[in-house]
Amino acid sequence: MSVRHAMLALLSEGPKYGLRLREEFEERTGEVWPLNVGQVYTTLQRLERDGLVESDGSAEEGPQKAFRITADGERELARWLRTPPDLSSPPRDELVMKVLVALRVPGTDTHAVIQAHRRYLVQLMQQWTRIKEDEADARLGVALAVDAELFRLDSVIRWLDVADARISRAAGDQAAATKTEPVPAPLPPRRRESRMPR
Amino acid sequence: MKMLELRQVSMSYGQGTAGVHALREVSLSADQGEMVAVMGPSGSGKSTLLTIAGTLEEPTSGELLIAGQAVAGMSRGARARLRRRTIGYVFQDFNLLPGLSAAENVTLPLELDGLSARKARVPGLAALDRLGLGMRAGHYPDQLSGGERQRVAIARAMVGDRKLLLADEPSGALDSVNGETVMRQLRDACKRGGMTAVVVTHDAKLAGWADRVVFLQDGRVTDQTAPAAGPESLLAEGDAR
Repeated sequence: MSVRHAMLALLSEGPKYGLRLREEFEERTGEVWPLNVGQVYTTLQRLERDGLVESDGSAEEGPQKAFRITADGERELARWLRTPPDLSSPPRDELVMKVLVALRVPGTDTHAVIQAHRRYLVQLMQQWTRIKEDEADARLGVALAVDAELFRLDSVIRWLDVADARISRAAGDQAAATKTEPVPAPLPPRRRESRMPR
Repeated sequence: MKMLELRQVSMSYGQGTAGVHALREVSLSADQGEMVAVMGPSGSGKSTLLTIAGTLEEPTSGELLIAGQAVAGMSRGARARLRRRTIGYVFQDFNLLPGLSAAENVTLPLELDGLSARKARVPGLAALDRLGLGMRAGHYPDQLSGGERQRVAIARAMVGDRKLLLADEPSGALDSVNGETVMRQLRDACKRGGMTAVVVTHDAKLAGWADRVVFLQDGRVTDQTAPAAGPESLLAEGDAR
């Protein structure tokens, strides 16, 4: 989540004080991404340094200082909205690593490892759904933020399901191969090679 | 009160080496007002569990109790009444009658139970309306989309204040938003109306609406979620981010 660009988006509606920016940010994201005051002011100072926002210079640092977006800030916001985030290289996912490692550790029940993670993820999804149930009807931003989290968790569960099925199938194939592997027939007695040309 | 209880229920089809054990000593219960989701891979026994809970099949062994009453001791008539009055069942393939309109399909269980068509129409239309189908009440199943047919089937299962709703993949034909509408309705009926729901689904996003998620594997209950913590814990965690 780019707090920097979220601040620019809020300021694109008109000048605001730092404290107001923090409240609006949390309100619109349903407190899914809470911010502390320090983060807000650090971000605003950097934005001001980069010429993307400007403040009423006469006011002292603090809650009474108002900020407004500059023309450069508006251009930066428009550019950011249309630029896809970099998803080209897969992250080093701890869960994937755990399942891969479980396959190599002797005596580990990989199915039980997968189920422990699956259960945890479903419980998380239940919790997120309660947020949606309680208030998402009233606030579109909350519904969208919670949906994003639910779809992300759902994709991980689906990966676990596929991993579980693949591992079971591989184990079944291996067992079948061991069971039906033909015993090599004894070789026929070797005949002396004829030296006669064919 | 336990609305549904399966005690050591097993179900086998066929015999000997050709036999299939669909359920193996499954014990599962659902309290009044509780919403339980059942998840598991294909062939894990989810649908069999539901047909037994709905008294549509008899288990090979074990016991089924509905509202504390053992089903095995009931006469055929008593079982039929139980299915008509207490249990609402959403089939995976909807099972709508093609010659009846959406409203007529929904009111059918009420009419079979002795209510006049005129009186049954009011709760029937209300059930359709809650699922966003008020304007489609006069349409026949072949005039409805797959998602609309599915919602008609859900309205039919919920109409008449049933105490136990059993749903087999109730959102299979629905997009995410409509699937959520259905789950909201089911949850609302559980929390406000005291209905008990057991929902079989492969979709974790829908299972998230349940109070408890039970995992089935190879005909056995292998795991279940703990009661979901309130959302506060998630929101509090975020402060550190």
